[in-house]
Amino acid sequence: MELLNKKPQSLVDMKMHYCPGCGHGIVHRLVAECMDELGIRERTVGVAPVGCAVFADSYFNCDMIQGPHGRGPAIATGIKRSKPECIVFSYQGDGDLASIGMGETVHSAARSENITIIFINNAIYGMTGGQMAPTTLVGQKATTCPSGRNPKVNGFPIKICELLAPLEGAVYLERTSVYNAPNVIKTKKAVKQAFQNQIDGKGFSLVEVLSMCPTNWGMTPLESAKFVAEKMLPVYPLGIFRSPEKEGGAN
Amino acid sequence: MGEKILMKGNEALAEGAVRAGCRFFSGYPITPQNEVPEYMSWRLPEVGGTFIQAESEVAAINMIYGAAATGIRCMTSSSSPGISLKQEGISYCAGADLPFFFANVVRGGPGLGNIAASQGDYYQSVRGGGHGDYRTIVLAPNSVDEMGNFPKKCYELAEKYRMPAMILADGILGQMMEPVEFKFETVDPKSLKEKGWELGVDNGRGKRIVRSYDLREGELEKINLRRMEKYQEIEAREVLYETRNCQDADLVIVAYGTSSRIVSAAMKMARDKGFKAGLFRPITLWPFPSQALSQMAKKVRNFLVVEMSMGQFVQDVRLAINGQAVVDLYARPAGIPASEEVFAEIEKVYKEIKTAGPVKKAAATPQLRSVQAPAPKTKPAAKKQVKKRKVKVSKKAVKTKPAKPPKARPVKRSTPNVKRTKAAKKKGGRK
Repeated sequence: MELLNKKPQSLVDMKMHYCPGCGHGIVHRLVAECMDELGIRERTVGVAPVGCAVFADSYFNCDMIQGPHGRGPAIATGIKRSKPECIVFSYQGDGDLASIGMGETVHSAARSENITIIFINNAIYGMTGGQMAPTTLVGQKATTCPSGRNPKVNGFPIKICELLAPLEGAVYLERTSVYNAPNVIKTKKAVKQAFQNQIDGKGFSLVEVLSMCPTNWGMTPLESAKFVAEKMLPVYPLGIFRSPEKEGGAN
Repeated sequence: MGEKILMKGNEALAEGAVRAGCRFFSGYPITPQNEVPEYMSWRLPEVGGTFIQAESEVAAINMIYGAAATGIRCMTSSSSPGISLKQEGISYCAGADLPFFFANVVRGGPGLGNIAASQGDYYQSVRGGGHGDYRTIVLAPNSVDEMGNFPKKCYELAEKYRMPAMILADGILGQMMEPVEFKFETVDPKSLKEKGWELGVDNGRGKRIVRSYDLREGELEKINLRRMEKYQEIEAREVLYETRNCQDADLVIVAYGTSSRIVSAAMKMARDKGFKAGLFRPITLWPFPSQALSQMAKKVRNFLVVEMSMGQFVQDVRLAINGQAVVDLYARPAGIPASEEVFAEIEKVYKEIKTAGPVKKAAATPQLRSVQAPAPKTKPAAKKQVKKRKVKVSKKAVKTKPAKPPKARPVKRSTPNVKRTKAAKKKGGRK
């Protein structure tokens, strides 16, 4: 029998703790496949966040560091500027990147740090048990907005790609999703591009991935995928917001 | 080496760090330490290093967290409110056992306080500062010369024990100009040994992880106990202090940093008047020279602590002396004492020695002046419990064979400022 597919070398062969239907496992695999295909595993250093992906430091088969909530881009900056030969990525959730770590996100983009950020947007705080995130949709229920997010009380969702796009230092910004197979393939392409930009020394790249959280949304995995397609996509349109080639890009 | 340069304390600190091999600085402007980032912004690129003006203190310390994890000699500096913001990151570095060097050029507090010198960050510095059970090595210079020479010492200690090491200075030390002589060979970072834990290019060695958490049941306690053994080792080996005129003293004034300079002048006045006053200056605030002070208290019956904070430093002195002698306090929270004022305090103590005798309690005036009563006898039950715990810890500590505690030996001013203990000299690298 011919072996057609196997676990990427850039992932450690171990069981992940993620909930059924969660997007983290998919994105982990995509990132690892990209590292394999680009041949950068040996020189890659990853930054794991606080939150559901905290154990990413165990799962990726490369040097890893786990940092305080929101500080991934600052830590990645410290690593990259100390060892420019390394490929450095920061893996972050929406509470991490768009709330407590907003300063680090904006300023690392403004400085055009030559790093890659994988940003998982599932519109909720996962690890802490389903509280409102800066990306929670208007009307979406969370434990800290039990009757749904009310803009008058809780403000509006933050669209990171749109927010960073005017910054001259943001070289590559793309929003993708992993709710179905075609979009998983597109996400992989985006992640690969984000790493390639770093290899080429082009500067700050961020891929925002719309992902599912069946546990905290209180849905089945299938319903979650449907929620992304029907509710999240209209608020968070997919596409490239900034690229090195596209007009308005930094380089 | 050998050349004397007139420099500001902050500049000496920066230059000392660069000469000690620092190649990465991230920081955020705050008075009175701004000369450090300013100096680094041109000096580091000159030697092929990196300077980043971070968007916040929080970002700055986390850049250090990342940089330190690659094994590079890195540094950040700040002043009181900024150091408060950095504490989470410092705690992470301590939790991840990462060595790095930072400086706090203390200003008045709490809150925004003012931009004058103070010693109000003593507790924060020597008790850990951030969340969790950890310690930071703290060196307190009292001259621009020491500001320039201590960074190297900090790097060596930080790397030997894999933990943060800091310089606790203040606005006066940062801003004043004095000659500095760098008393060490400039360190080429390439000459530094590989550490074996640093992140970077794999080259077939296998994956490495830097993290400050362990969620497995009971594991974190084991890690913290191991870390405590390390702290005990440091307390036994790395204590630094200076004594002057202590051999015949019947009053020893205890002060560190800028206060110790003011005390020196006051001591001179006292000696001129025939008072036998001496100076005890801790150089490492953690590890604290408790043994040396305790030894001294067997002969000296009166101590006077002078600090530019609200009785923070006196706590450690009293813990060390443990009721063996009278400890008076002259505290100036966010105020800088004149040597005449300190001398007046010395006179007061001498009056009390004359009238009440040295062993009896001196009259306690609230807030600024108080006296340590002799320690009450501990109840046998409580004593037993304490003993039991100690044995448990020291059993493990036996493995690391901590050296004998340093002897209380007067250190003459003419000898090098950094006096290592006998044990430290004997013992080489980290175990």
